[in-house]
Amino acid sequence: MFVTYLALTDFRSYRDVELELEPGVTAFVGPNGQGKTNLVEAIGYAATLSSHRVSQDAALVRAGAERALVRVRAQRGERKAALEIEITPRRANRARINGAPVQRVRDVLGLVRTVLFAPEDLALVKGDPDGRRRFLDQLTVMVRPRMAGTLQDYDRVLKQRSALLKSASAALKGSRGNADLRTLDVWDAKLAALGAQILAVRHELVTALAPHVARAYEQVSAGQGEARIALVSSLDRVADDAAPPAEADQTPSAALLEARLLEAMSRLRPQEIERGVCLVGPHRDDLSLELGGLPAKGYASHGESWSFALALRLACYQLMTTGVPGWDEYQDSEPILVLDDVFAELDTGRRDRLARLVAGAGQVLITAAVPGDVPEELEGARVDVMGGQVRRVR
Amino acid sequence: MYEGAVQDLIDELGRLPGVGPKSAQRIAFHLLAADPDEVKRLVDALTEVKNKVRFCERCGNVAQDELCRVCLDPRRSDATICVVEEPKDVVAIERTREFRGRYHVLGGAINPIAGVGPDDLRIAGLMSRLQDGTVTEVILATDPNVEGEATATYLARLLVPMGITVSRLASGLPVGGDLEYADEVTLGRAFEGRRRISA
Repeated sequence: MFVTYLALTDFRSYRDVELELEPGVTAFVGPNGQGKTNLVEAIGYAATLSSHRVSQDAALVRAGAERALVRVRAQRGERKAALEIEITPRRANRARINGAPVQRVRDVLGLVRTVLFAPEDLALVKGDPDGRRRFLDQLTVMVRPRMAGTLQDYDRVLKQRSALLKSASAALKGSRGNADLRTLDVWDAKLAALGAQILAVRHELVTALAPHVARAYEQVSAGQGEARIALVSSLDRVADDAAPPAEADQTPSAALLEARLLEAMSRLRPQEIERGVCLVGPHRDDLSLELGGLPAKGYASHGESWSFALALRLACYQLMTTGVPGWDEYQDSEPILVLDDVFAELDTGRRDRLARLVAGAGQVLITAAVPGDVPEELEGARVDVMGGQVRRVR
Repeated sequence: MYEGAVQDLIDELGRLPGVGPKSAQRIAFHLLAADPDEVKRLVDALTEVKNKVRFCERCGNVAQDELCRVCLDPRRSDATICVVEEPKDVVAIERTREFRGRYHVLGGAINPIAGVGPDDLRIAGLMSRLQDGTVTEVILATDPNVEGEATATYLARLLVPMGITVSRLASGLPVGGDLEYADEVTLGRAFEGRRRISA
């Protein structure tokens, strides 16, 4: 699929900008701070309803404006879709598909699909687990848009249960709070039911993603080392030593996971009340990244870490293109590749290999500070970006 | 910013649900330009609502007297109670004309973030209404969101052991909709709650 048109009103630095796009490579070139990334960020927002740079929507609206408008036209095969998203900070966004308002904004998920490479990706390898969980959640929503609602509900239940535990914990320590835990069982049940669905999907997703990561790492690093990923579930971390170890089944059923979550919560209840936090569930998972049998975080060099980060993104691209086995709802829909300021970060070898790997993709959008940062393999259309103005130069 | 009284009015209006700063300003200037009689009618209506309207002592619905219209209606069945979060939910269900039992208004849903626990809702009142055995069925009609579902589950766990029939409003496909456009959650719930058709 590819995007044919992008228009922004009061988005970031742009008062009003319109841009026609084509399949193949397009490079946005301009000095830093001129608004290149804002363009690809808007396309990413249309795909994920979130920004890869900030978690609060307020930053996306031009200073002084009340709301931002992102309009995107995308084409998949012969099918065209026009998408309009109105971003109003601290209020619910609104969206239209082909001019018709949608009931829930998240209904637009899946219409535009992107895989975005950004300098921040290095944190996937070197950073904290929450970045890797966000990576998994974003991929989940890309390949299974319907999970967006489950993730949202889980987040809400988690916040409610945490608030209850925190209040009880405070009361226990003699400060203000409420020790009323009569509703805790109910929140346990909700957290287990929603958490189990998320865990089941994560297991399947990581199993499907792993071979793609291994292959992509081999390609990016020119055959140096073996990259492996695995889901580290908080269920296994808190497992009862006396209980028999969980079977090596890669994709446990949601019913089994729900029972295990409930069991873990009832066992951990004293600690949870004492500390006032939810100790088990998808929000405590991690994705382990190993290189030649050693954890990438702490052992991998800077270059190897970059290769791993690129391999994770390339694997997403492969997985979204071929589809997850058994989930055929969105098979055969190649996502748009967005490379935001990535080439300048890489050494020559990785840069050339990455360029060759993405050169054949349906649509590639690149941002770069100088034309020299765009590898030769990725010659294509060029748009100069300067002071919030865009100009097609090739 | 405006001076004194005008700004005070805009601030007060802006506190109302669904009224943003722009709307508050518009309403304020509308009132400034309006006929004094018109403004007086509004002021009277506001004073009236605070003075006269109170909550039904039995079910928590809005009422003019001790009991609300539904609780006073002798034609309605005492065997069924429909539990809702807010008085406006009573109005919504009444519009369907499908339900002929009584109501119980909780006054919200369980919400630890907002500090709302079981004791902050009219649950004790509900329990005392169930003591004498007149009520045989309780319909849980809390909102189909996270807090509403949690409240329904909490109540069900209290009521089922008492031997009362407990049901939850069905959630499923909208009337006049297309199956293919229903999302997975809605369709999944519609499947769970499917009904047998007798020919």
